[in-house]
Amino acid sequence: MAQEHFAFVRSHMLPEAPPPAAERGAIKWLRENLFSSAANSLLTVVSLYVVIQIVISAAPWFLNGVWDSPSLTACRDILDGNMGGCFAVLTERWNQLLFGFKYPSELYWRPGLAFILLFVAGAPLLFYKLFPSKMLIFTGLYPFIAYWLIWGGSILVPVFALLGVLLGVYVYKRTVAASAGMAVIAGFVAALIFWILSGFITAPMENVLAIEAVPSRDMGGFMINLMLGVVCVSLSVPFGIVLALGRQSSMPIIKWICVVFIEFIRGVPLITLLFVANVVLAYFLPPGTSFDLILRVIIMITMFASAYIAEVIRGGLAALPRGQYEAADSLGLDYAQAMQLIILPQALKISIPGIVNVAVGLFKDTTLVSVISMFDIVGMIRGPILASAEWNGVYWELFGFAALLFFVTCYGISQYSQWLERQLQTDHR
Amino acid sequence: MNKTVFLGALTVAGLAAGASAAATLDDVKARGTLNCGVTTGLVGFAAPDANGVWEGFDVAVCRAVAAAVLGDANAVEFVPTTGKTRFTALASGEIDMLARNTTWTFSRDTDLKFEFVGVNYYDGQGFMVPKALGVSSAKELDGATVCIQTGTTTELNLADFFRKNNISYEPVPVETNAEGQQQYLAGACDAYTTDASGLAATRAAFENPTEHVILPEIISKEPLGPLVRHGDNDWGDIVRWTLNALIASEELGVTSANVEEMASEPTNSPEINRLLGTEGNLGEMIGLDADWAKRAIAVGGNYGELFEKNIGEKTPIGLARGLNAQWTDGGILYSPPFR
Repeated sequence: MAQEHFAFVRSHMLPEAPPPAAERGAIKWLRENLFSSAANSLLTVVSLYVVIQIVISAAPWFLNGVWDSPSLTACRDILDGNMGGCFAVLTERWNQLLFGFKYPSELYWRPGLAFILLFVAGAPLLFYKLFPSKMLIFTGLYPFIAYWLIWGGSILVPVFALLGVLLGVYVYKRTVAASAGMAVIAGFVAALIFWILSGFITAPMENVLAIEAVPSRDMGGFMINLMLGVVCVSLSVPFGIVLALGRQSSMPIIKWICVVFIEFIRGVPLITLLFVANVVLAYFLPPGTSFDLILRVIIMITMFASAYIAEVIRGGLAALPRGQYEAADSLGLDYAQAMQLIILPQALKISIPGIVNVAVGLFKDTTLVSVISMFDIVGMIRGPILASAEWNGVYWELFGFAALLFFVTCYGISQYSQWLERQLQTDHR
Repeated sequence: MNKTVFLGALTVAGLAAGASAAATLDDVKARGTLNCGVTTGLVGFAAPDANGVWEGFDVAVCRAVAAAVLGDANAVEFVPTTGKTRFTALASGEIDMLARNTTWTFSRDTDLKFEFVGVNYYDGQGFMVPKALGVSSAKELDGATVCIQTGTTTELNLADFFRKNNISYEPVPVETNAEGQQQYLAGACDAYTTDASGLAATRAAFENPTEHVILPEIISKEPLGPLVRHGDNDWGDIVRWTLNALIASEELGVTSANVEEMASEPTNSPEINRLLGTEGNLGEMIGLDADWAKRAIAVGGNYGELFEKNIGEKTPIGLARGLNAQWTDGGILYSPPFR
């Protein structure tokens, strides 16, 4: 037609040009985040200077570090006046830091195996979408396997402990239709009676299928922190749920027991409870009875954490709209069903950040046991290692290592919980 | 009514504890191990080595008692205690004896119902200063800043000392020995004060120990010794005389090297013979056999040998004998006679 009258017509699309250099990639990010204004630029430069200074002054300490030396004086001789960390204390006392100084060294593989199995057992719980639910059977068996691996002794003890739990669950299932609260108590009492009775059976048969037993007093190091942390957190969540529900119960006795328990425990510092476990109980128990110290400490820390988790979960329960409870009632569900199917899944989801917060705090609080002369990792450092003639005077390396272990663990927990929250996000935001 | 029940329970617990305390020796023999309370770790006095074996000057006392009573120096269950848990552990019967650098004081002996069986180390509060300060006596510390652990008797001793000498000082409060060490090295204070043995151990850990001196003044008495519960004097006698056997054997020249030989047949010295059981029946009098003292000495040697090996001048801690020398050498170690 009249095409030739036009001076210029683009006949094809231009390829997409990249944005100008100042508006893309690292430069854009720098401009927007670090140099967006004069004041920010100044702050960036100053911070950069500080960071570089820290790196420059700390780097020789790491780079010159001595990893192989029998004692602090030998290490200082090797350094010969240069700055450098004596990391040899970590390599020499590595096993003591992890397992304590009395755990038999030829048996280190047992707690090591228990640690690896912990991940196998935890995986289907923590990443329930990625793993087959049949693995949960192993998760259920894990506590008993781990106990047997770490403490040793006859296999009958964990087997009977497992049977006691199964009996408790069975009694709960049979009575739950009548009353959920009573069923929990009945199940607990049944398991307790079974355990006490089974004590008479296992005591004379302590050599049946036995592996070498290790007494509690011989445990130490980071192993104790992990054991206390894992056991107490996993026990205190179910106890916390029971306490939170009990506190909302319409039955006055159950309600008041829960309220008094929670308020009492929350009003007492953990270290006081630990002293009670270690010192005061010894006065009330008949002399000669040795009530395992780790067990005492686990009971106390679990009580402590349960009270806090109960309050976190109560917050979750309170956040649910009234309509959810009424909807459950209108469906004709009884109390246990309503809680299991409707209320708790929602309330627990809301409570995740709070529960993780308590868990992380609790895990770090396990180092308090060093005050009652248990050799957890801090106890090992402050006691035997710093008191040895070879390593008296090494502080930064040891406490830095302990801090690193705790940071890795706690950061992992917190990252997992954030991932879990994203997974469970079903609200309409 | 509740109160009555509570008190009743306490009484029963107390009676039961008393009943068991009356026969500690039988308990120990039946158990086959001695439960001995030690510190959770103090350089030279008690600490497990890289293999987890307890070593140290206090530990040696436990081992000597175990050897005397049970015939096996390794038949000891070491119960680590902190400064806060040590007395309850002993009072409740969890441990049979406590050898944990504990100062013998009036109230601990009487009010807390313990029995100190002797002194294995005479300690006292001292001062450490950098050599560069040019001070040779604590009385020259006028106007100095002093690092001091809060809430301890050392704090009170320090105030007394400076008031008595009419000089002034500036306290720098620290919480633990580790903190004190850091503050002192960082120059936050001119002098650091704590027990002299602790000062020596602290100095041993320094990068340049020779640049610091421990001043000669000792401003308090800290007799450290093993202790047992009130109410079982037979057991107290065993621990007391085991300690005395270690001290007396040094005075008499019995060492780990020659104890076997001296005990094999009577020597010229009647007291050695009575001590080692080749003459008389001293062992029988405290409910043990004739060889009890020989076994106790054979473990690690006499008092002097133990001192040299654990805290003496050849060790990194490098403590001089000082007050802890035998009375014949100008110290105050003085064992009553074995007769």
